[in-house]
Amino acid sequence: QRVSVEVLEHLEHLALVDFRDAEGVERLQKAIQFADQLHEVNTDGVEPMDSVLEDRCLYLREDDVTEGNCTKELLENAREKVEEYFVAPPGNIPLPKLEERETFLQGS
Amino acid sequence: AALNDGLRSQVSAALKEGRVAPTELCQRCLALIKSTKFLNAYITVAEETALKQAEESEERYKRGQPLSILDGIPIAVKDNFNTAGIETTCASNMLKGYISPYNATVVQKLLDQGAVLLGKTNLDEFAMGSGSTDGVFGPVRNPWSYSKQYKEKSVPKSHSEDEESNWVITGGSSGGSAAAVSSFTCFAALGSDTGGSTRNPAAHCGVVGLKPTYGLISRHGLIPLVNSMDVPGILTRCVDDAAVLLGSLAGHDPKDSTTIQDDFKPFELPNLTDVSKLSIGIPKEYHAPGLSSEILALWSKAADLFKNAGAKVVEVSLPHTPYSIVCYHVLCTAEVASNMARFDGLEYGHRSDVKDSTESMYAATRREGFNDVVRGRILSGNYFLLKQNYEKYFVKAQKVRRLIANDFVKVFRSGVDILLTPTTLSDAAPYTEFIQEDNRTRSAQDDILTQAANMAGLPAISVPTALSERGLPVGLQFIGRSFQEKQLLTVAKWFEKQVQFPVIQLEEVKRHDSDVFQHQKSASFS
Repeated sequence: QRVSVEVLEHLEHLALVDFRDAEGVERLQKAIQFADQLHEVNTDGVEPMDSVLEDRCLYLREDDVTEGNCTKELLENAREKVEEYFVAPPGNIPLPKLEERETFLQGS
Repeated sequence: AALNDGLRSQVSAALKEGRVAPTELCQRCLALIKSTKFLNAYITVAEETALKQAEESEERYKRGQPLSILDGIPIAVKDNFNTAGIETTCASNMLKGYISPYNATVVQKLLDQGAVLLGKTNLDEFAMGSGSTDGVFGPVRNPWSYSKQYKEKSVPKSHSEDEESNWVITGGSSGGSAAAVSSFTCFAALGSDTGGSTRNPAAHCGVVGLKPTYGLISRHGLIPLVNSMDVPGILTRCVDDAAVLLGSLAGHDPKDSTTIQDDFKPFELPNLTDVSKLSIGIPKEYHAPGLSSEILALWSKAADLFKNAGAKVVEVSLPHTPYSIVCYHVLCTAEVASNMARFDGLEYGHRSDVKDSTESMYAATRREGFNDVVRGRILSGNYFLLKQNYEKYFVKAQKVRRLIANDFVKVFRSGVDILLTPTTLSDAAPYTEFIQEDNRTRSAQDDILTQAANMAGLPAISVPTALSERGLPVGLQFIGRSFQEKQLLTVAKWFEKQVQFPVIQLEEVKRHDSDVFQHQKSASFS
């Protein structure tokens, strides 16, 4: 079963990363094939494991402010900023559809 | 003091007694880094700040007030740990030029104890890989490629063949750190270990590589790959030094809530003489397909060593071992997909010039910033996390993870104290051969013996054991019970003493053209 172009495109949208070329798509196909081996294992009655430290209580500290006031340091690494704001291009504009984008998937 | 001295026994004593000065030690290391530049072990050399730290250390020694045993000791740190004021790149275009405003907790601890931070070491991009060949600054060369021991054994293929094409990889992804320690440019280095990234290069470079129990050492400031498996790793030239580093780094960190709250007491390793009360387990599944006959023989010899010394040596079974790589593949890519989402160009790192929309800027930034390996894992991870795949792959892998962890619990409960296994399937491959296969295939092959310890969160250490027929290092691995590092390291130290692994004999190195290593740079910050 090969992954459909719809799913590939959906992945590019979710990941905001592109397949780039046939090799990229093949890489995914192989990764899925590899992962399918998991189904050979019988996991009836087995609970999923999130963390090896699941038997312990997570550390919760007191809800006190102990640090902050580092606006200047945090802004230093941003390329585009205005006063104390990070500047982003306009939002709420979805990525263009498959036909309008420059993506390898167009050829599929 | 010689550059190959152990910390505790020799160098620290020499510093304390004034036989060598911290500035002298620092300068010698910096000079050696320059003359071994062709190894490409360092991405950034923090010459100015290191010398300043060394001077401050010298002042403290003069006053008779060293901060700790690490005061004045030159250390290197893998370039996926945040270091304030020093570039942190993760060997990726995404973070080229990124200067962190803070130190990772482990880095801060080292600095607070007076260690001298020489620089940041090279790795596979974002620690994804098992060769230290896939970073944007180029591959790291194994110092043993230039050793007398390797050269004696290599048959020149043709009269004109240069050692240029013969060099072997360090393994990965903490290859730069392993090469740095192996070539004497520092006394210890920090790596990271998610699937074997500290133990694998340690074995290939003939140094000690310790993966601590998950939750013992803080991950705060370690740029995450897989939050549920990552740990900072320790690379040193001997087991005693690893214990020293562990002592200075372990313990609860309020900034990392996955560190356990139990009190940690640093320890000195006893000189074990009687192993008769020890039970060593040999997991049969670690006789994996592809294991070289040479390493199999060494593993067998090691088991006999313990047996002849009076220890109980038993074959055990960890039946789900063959599935650990597949399980890792799914869980790793899933966590990577989530962790890499923070790189969007808005607050730090590379930012694309595309301005049409936030989404297109993010997409372009990530397209420009990540290499194929990283992009591939992000896309795979997102696939496994799709609603229609979540139960089938992600949750399934989490269940298999429990089975793998339970295998270890059962074995340790049956009376076994320590497991003995190989660390790698073979000795280091030549670079030209290694790059014939893609990153994922290589990682799947090379991580097979180290990965399960990360799944279960257990401590594990690779100890250099012997040289292969090609004159290259081979390491063996010990896996211990959770948080029983003292026992693990005690046994490792005993083993290290028995095998007497040879010191690397680095030949007089030729000056290589600087354009071969155009990515290597020296950083000085005012």
